Amino acid sequence: MHRLAAHQLLPRLRDRQLRARDLLEQALGRIGRLEPTLHAFLHLQADQARAQADRIDAELDAGRDPGPLAGLPVALKDNLCLQGMPTTCGSRILESFVPPYDATVVRRLQAAGAIVVGKTNLDEFAMGSSTENSAFGPTRNPWDPGRVPGGSSGGSAVAVAAGMVPLALGSDTGGSIRQPAAFCGVCGLKPTYGRVSRHGLVAFASSLDQVGPLARDVRDCALLLGVLAGHDPLDSTCEDRPVPDYPALLERGVEGLRLGIPRAFLQGLEPEMATSFEEATEALVGCGARLVDVDLPHLEYALPAYYILAPAEASSNLARFDGVRYGLRVSGPDVAAMMRRTRAAGFGAEVKRRIVLGTYTLSAGYHEAYYSRAQKVRSVVSRDFQEALARVDLLVLPTTPIPAFPLGEKTADPLDMYLSDVYTVGVNLAGLPGLSVPMAPVRGLPAGLQVIGRAWDEGRLLACGQALQSVRPYHLAQPQAALFDGGMA
Amino acid sequence: MARLARLDLQPDERERLALQLGLVLEYVGRLAEVDLEGVQPDVPVRTNVFREDQPDRPLSPEAVLANAPARQGDYFRIPRILEED
Amino acid sequence: MSATEAAGLVFETVIGLEVHAELATRTKLFCGCPNRYGAPPNSAVCPVCLGLPGVLPVPNRRAVELLILAGRALGCEIARLSKFDRKNYFYPDMPKNFQTSQYDMPLAEHGALEFEVGSRVHRVRIHRIHLEEDAGKSVHVAEGRQDVAGRLGDSDYTLVDYNRAGVPLLEIVSEPDLRAPEEAAAYLEALRDLLRWLEVSDCKMEEGSLRCDANVSLRARGSLELGTKVEIKNMNSFRSVASALAFEEVRQRELLEQGGRVVQETRTWDEERGVTVSMRGKEHAHDYRYFPEPDLAVLVVDRAWLDRVDASIPELPAVRARRYRQDPGLTPAQASWLTSSRSQADFFEAAGGTLEVATWMANELSRLARESGIDLAQGRLRPQALAEVLGLVNRGTISNKGGRELLEHLFREGGEPAELVERLGLAQISGEDALQEEVLAVLQDHPQAVEEFRSGKDKALNVLVGQLMKRTRGRANPQVARNLLAQAALRGEEG
Repeated sequence: MHRLAAHQLLPRLRDRQLRARDLLEQALGRIGRLEPTLHAFLHLQADQARAQADRIDAELDAGRDPGPLAGLPVALKDNLCLQGMPTTCGSRILESFVPPYDATVVRRLQAAGAIVVGKTNLDEFAMGSSTENSAFGPTRNPWDPGRVPGGSSGGSAVAVAAGMVPLALGSDTGGSIRQPAAFCGVCGLKPTYGRVSRHGLVAFASSLDQVGPLARDVRDCALLLGVLAGHDPLDSTCEDRPVPDYPALLERGVEGLRLGIPRAFLQGLEPEMATSFEEATEALVGCGARLVDVDLPHLEYALPAYYILAPAEASSNLARFDGVRYGLRVSGPDVAAMMRRTRAAGFGAEVKRRIVLGTYTLSAGYHEAYYSRAQKVRSVVSRDFQEALARVDLLVLPTTPIPAFPLGEKTADPLDMYLSDVYTVGVNLAGLPGLSVPMAPVRGLPAGLQVIGRAWDEGRLLACGQALQSVRPYHLAQPQAALFDGGMA
Repeated sequence: MARLARLDLQPDERERLALQLGLVLEYVGRLAEVDLEGVQPDVPVRTNVFREDQPDRPLSPEAVLANAPARQGDYFRIPRILEED
Repeated sequence: MSATEAAGLVFETVIGLEVHAELATRTKLFCGCPNRYGAPPNSAVCPVCLGLPGVLPVPNRRAVELLILAGRALGCEIARLSKFDRKNYFYPDMPKNFQTSQYDMPLAEHGALEFEVGSRVHRVRIHRIHLEEDAGKSVHVAEGRQDVAGRLGDSDYTLVDYNRAGVPLLEIVSEPDLRAPEEAAAYLEALRDLLRWLEVSDCKMEEGSLRCDANVSLRARGSLELGTKVEIKNMNSFRSVASALAFEEVRQRELLEQGGRVVQETRTWDEERGVTVSMRGKEHAHDYRYFPEPDLAVLVVDRAWLDRVDASIPELPAVRARRYRQDPGLTPAQASWLTSSRSQADFFEAAGGTLEVATWMANELSRLARESGIDLAQGRLRPQALAEVLGLVNRGTISNKGGRELLEHLFREGGEPAELVERLGLAQISGEDALQEEVLAVLQDHPQAVEEFRSGKDKALNVLVGQLMKRTRGRANPQVARNLLAQAALRGEEG
């Protein structure tokens, strides 16, 4: 059962071959067995999920339609607010915080009949590329538990990759859905900025954050995106635009599509990754696409611009965590001391680093040189993408320069860690949609092909991913470790 | 910077942070290479997004204070404030 | 400058005021929580105004409209493109530890306010008006005793209420065009009257819906440069503003005359001791690290919107007062009083807008409002009813005194004038036939007065009239009575 994708489970649930409760119990069982090793989850809500599953079963039994995701277990990254359950953002400062409201995406999932099983691990406040920055311990890659799953949505990627749940939500600010999807061999989509509501997503960098789906295959991503997308009056940055029927757009194929490759930017790519990438692009050519070299001349500046803009916004977004109204409080003789001690104790090293960096680049005297400059560079990078996407329909490149690295390998040097985002951050700066789908493994480890499209063109993105999967079904591979054998089929 | 960010830092933390920040700033300083002649930051596309002046139900004081580290009656309680804003 | 240089110089006071007015919207600026004064603590709070993780602001259209309205009434240019910015600093009554405000692209700029001090007209330029959210309120508690106005540093702990967090504020910054404390107070009053007139804010300093900070500096008269400015805070009434500025004026002048230098600082007004006191600990200038609010769309005020707002600006008080001085020819004092509130001016016009109406409103209605504690707008008297009462008095149906009685009734209990006249028996007896009997009776009873009147003592007639009024329990039409008595007396009709 854990090998089936959501779109394969749905018809079985609908015609009652499979009961939602049974599916859930299988998921919970699998989670129970794998969690000690993988640590994908921070909280589970087994009882509430069971009650939900029973309700869904009753609806389905009565011939009613509880929604397009009826009966499917879902995991949520722990920076999404779920009422009544802790939302920790992987941080000590919110360890005890229980939100009194649901994120809009959560409400939509529940309205669609999905069953929220629990909250997944992440880099603290979504700042990181390995899920090693969680205050509650790292998550491990099911393909090799000595390696990172990627980040910051590592827990969600693993929950799907290890067959714990078919669907998960993550968030992506600089690659945090796409990169872990690539490291774990699953599909992950960052929608166009403004496609999905951010109400209830704990903000990291407001102008870059988006919530998106992680799933076994492209069709599941399309299904989940269709439920999440759409206008939300509680989010001024969420656009009021019709939501296409994404699953219906999958069969369009790539016949005649021009795929742009930023060759210059990919110079220095390690040979095995380059080979895997070439195999994927050739496969797409085989489906009727044309490859075109494109130039994104300022893309090399995307990463430094990102590491000015994101920490700047984060330093402001995280100012509210001060021990006054919720979360951790470390006492002090006066309120300023209390705030300082609380934040010192509650935030991890990476978060502190980014807060201080962000404060610096916004401060008087440096604002012009750093923040203002980065804003302008952002628009230049964005323009590069617009111009390229006027000449081609989609851009393709590897999602990451290397596959999953060992735990602890990059924690000493933050800069080294930041560099693993080099292929993904530009997409956030430009607000464009980006999809990662599995391509040929590198040294036995999953690798991802990143497809980038024009704003609001998720349909074309998904069609391209679907085309690749139909001829190169790497997404069907399962982690081989002995742990996973003997699991119920 | 730490004071502006209301963050207490241990001396060794401070040292390490300064070092790391120095490296990052050096890296991001590469932006100085970019020719930004005549470039203006992008203006957000969305304009005039409003809500109407209609009331919604607020949270109950209990819900408001549910996560409060310290409370007194229906107030949040905090240590004294020494500096004016 | 030295003391010798300073001596012999005439100093000019330069004052600029920064006013915050809470907008009279039903809900807060970025969420749907009620915007209401005096609610129980933390009962008007939601995840958005509490700054919980994950929440996002959505601006209140009415707040923007009210700013545009106020801006246009003050002759401002409204920015075609405007935005919100984050002003970052830590303070426990600010849930997000940043305030969503406007920095370099405010909604309104370059206006002016005219007002009178005595007979002089002053014009103060408005530098800018922008929109921002209010913070919550802190109560500083010391040793178990609650001290709302308590000074920081004296308290043991603090209690915070976020009801006010997120309430929309207008920040109105004037140019330093004011030259005297009384001028500043007058400016503030004129601003308050205008904002109330437009129903933009109820501007009650005692409730905190109008707040004022001032910048004061001195310079040698004739100098074009500005002196070192001192910011004054904590002035909680119009009188405090005048007093604080007067004190500060003297303090700075004495300092300069002694050869000292004014320190650029922020001082707080101590109402009890009547002095401004330096607020130490402000050595670190705030670095607010302003950047554009990424969670909010930009504001575009196009021609169509501006035209709609311009069309909705009611006739402003100064214009209306001027009109009343022309027609029906009120005195400046009367016109000014009538236009001190829009409801009052509207009432005046609905009641007929005549000199007579103005007089009766100033004399009778203001007294009734004062005595009962009920505003004219809240009272039960309709303007049409006042007009009817005046008609009844002018036709002689009721006397002046009857009119006043009738008004009091109508004010307190409402009702129809004609119907009340009947019920209360206020109708005057004006018919000659009706009074004839009484006239004869009075003449008969008071022969001496009659005699005196006949012999030329006009005042004796008053006695007779008085008696007739007594006999008729005040219901005789005094004018008619007087005529009848006089005629009868002279004709010798008493018998």
